[in-house]
Amino acid sequence: MSLQVSWRGLITPLLLIAGVAVVTFLGVLGGDQVQTSLVEMLIRMVVVVGIWVFVGNSGIISFGHVGFMCVGAYAAAWATVDPNWKSIMLTGLPDWLQNGQYPFPFAVIGGAVLAAVVALLLGAAIMRLSGIAASIATFAFLMIVNSVYSNWDSVTGGTSSIIGIPTVVGPWVAFGFAAGAILLAYAFKVSRYGLMLRASREDEVAAKASAINIVRVRLVAFVISAAIVGLGGALWAHFLGVLTADSFYLSLCFITLAMLVVGGLGSLSGAVLGVIVVTIVVEVLRTLEGGVTLGKTMISLPPGSQEIGLGIVLALIMIFRPTGLTRGQEVQWPKRWSRPAAPSVEAATAPSLGE
Amino acid sequence: MINFLQNAIDALSLGSLYALVALGIGLLFGILRLVNFAHGDFITIGAYSLILPSTNVVATMLIGSWHWELLIPVVCAIVVVVALATDALVFRPLRRSTAPTLMIASFAVSYVIQNGVLMMYGARPKAVNLWSALTTQITIGGLREPVLQVVTIATTVALMVGLSLFLRHARWGVQMRAAAEDFRMAQYLGVRGNFVIGLAFAVSGILAAAVSLLFLAQTGALSNVMGVPLALFAFVAVVVGGMGSLPGAVVGGFLVGIVTTMLQAYLPPDLRVFRDAFTFTFVIIVLLVRPAGLIPSRSIVERV
Repeated sequence: MSLQVSWRGLITPLLLIAGVAVVTFLGVLGGDQVQTSLVEMLIRMVVVVGIWVFVGNSGIISFGHVGFMCVGAYAAAWATVDPNWKSIMLTGLPDWLQNGQYPFPFAVIGGAVLAAVVALLLGAAIMRLSGIAASIATFAFLMIVNSVYSNWDSVTGGTSSIIGIPTVVGPWVAFGFAAGAILLAYAFKVSRYGLMLRASREDEVAAKASAINIVRVRLVAFVISAAIVGLGGALWAHFLGVLTADSFYLSLCFITLAMLVVGGLGSLSGAVLGVIVVTIVVEVLRTLEGGVTLGKTMISLPPGSQEIGLGIVLALIMIFRPTGLTRGQEVQWPKRWSRPAAPSVEAATAPSLGE
Repeated sequence: MINFLQNAIDALSLGSLYALVALGIGLLFGILRLVNFAHGDFITIGAYSLILPSTNVVATMLIGSWHWELLIPVVCAIVVVVALATDALVFRPLRRSTAPTLMIASFAVSYVIQNGVLMMYGARPKAVNLWSALTTQITIGGLREPVLQVVTIATTVALMVGLSLFLRHARWGVQMRAAAEDFRMAQYLGVRGNFVIGLAFAVSGILAAAVSLLFLAQTGALSNVMGVPLALFAFVAVVVGGMGSLPGAVVGGFLVGIVTTMLQAYLPPDLRVFRDAFTFTFVIIVLLVRPAGLIPSRSIVERV
């Protein structure tokens, strides 16, 4: 498939990665607080780009991907946490995991692979469903993961957290993975499978009539997408150093979906841009919550305004710009430097996201 | 046998709560194709409206100390106003959007309400004593049940009968059914779209208020996410029952309630903590066998 991608086609992922590199570079210059937010943002970018591979191409909203993040994160933690601690707290792990300690790359791959395997099993069952039934099934999956991971004491530590995961993910490591995720997601988008899946998103019946095996293309996307998200979870574990099952639940699900929708579900650029924009909005609100001194007066928003602000921003974007900030378009090299590219007909007439 | 009967009544009581929530969600879905995540937060608001807004740990009853004949209509009115406000502010501008857009928008509404409640009332759960007389137990031939269970079931039955009479015979009810069947056609025939949708939001608000009172009397605790689990179970109930079908929502609600209670009662003790995982696995299985739900609604099928 890569042979068919023209040089012009590669522009989009390269521009995106360059943009993210600039943001990373600027962030690295900032203080500790900025750096923490930066790494958090880059890992979320891996996750959101992963979610986009399925949601953006298939048009099916998935609430379950945060569940894959949880699966990936715990898998990675099982691999890298100190065996002494594991033998006391996680007695249900198989011997080779309980007594061994494995390097970070192994943990990351393990997280991605386990998430992919779970996605394959789940997807084989639910990819036959369409629309809202499919969304609710992914929701049910999220609940199952949450219920299992917060109660299976001997394997996940239950409601007590897993601690002592080596914190090896810094800004540039996270950037590397984000760049990789962008490339992979773009490669999927321009592949045959990506095209077939988007055809099924536009018109399921017509796609079927054109001999597209919808269940299979959806499943392929679902597995790839879960693998990327699982990898994001593994990075998350190695960034925070502490894991609790409840952090992979509705709140995170909301933020990741908000990022997708703000940027625009229709394009990979939307996923990337959404992560950056939402992070900036949240950080600004968080700073205001902490208090800002203007002249002699200290202005601070009440706690909770960060979340409320994000919800309002999301609602406003959906009302006034239903196809997201990117309007479903990918970033391109401007055709003429002198004139901003006119919005295409497709973008102007696109009824709304998900269509 | 007594034990089983006891479980059966518990199951019916929980099932009827889920059925009421599922009805509220199903009603809006039928007319608007909106999967309303914020419905659970309507329930939360109904419960919080009983106390004075403050971040103190101890809750001071305001409306909650009123006589029930006054309390119930006021709480209903508050929730209805909130429901109508979400429609006017968020869902009305999104009328032409697709189902996924609406779903995510309602997710945003839910997030805002939850954090708004957090901001106004503080993060810690509060103990509230509503209608403690209802928790007294009655004994019928060896069967001991709190009055509340019976009241819950009776209220649900009454509300369902009322709603179905309204939908069948009242002028507005018929308009709502027509809109659920074919929204555009109903509009051509003189049904005012926004009015019917507003009506649906109002009815779903009343159902949410009823659930909030029953649920609060049972648990006695307020928290800003108290409605979420109810709504989540009700969603799957709506889907299992058949999206857009009201009898389906009721059947689904009872089914999910019964499955949950029976799993709680009869799972081996070390598996009991995974009850929810089993419930949701059951849901996925039902969806696989019948993707359109147990009682599929005719209007939801897309014709090609």
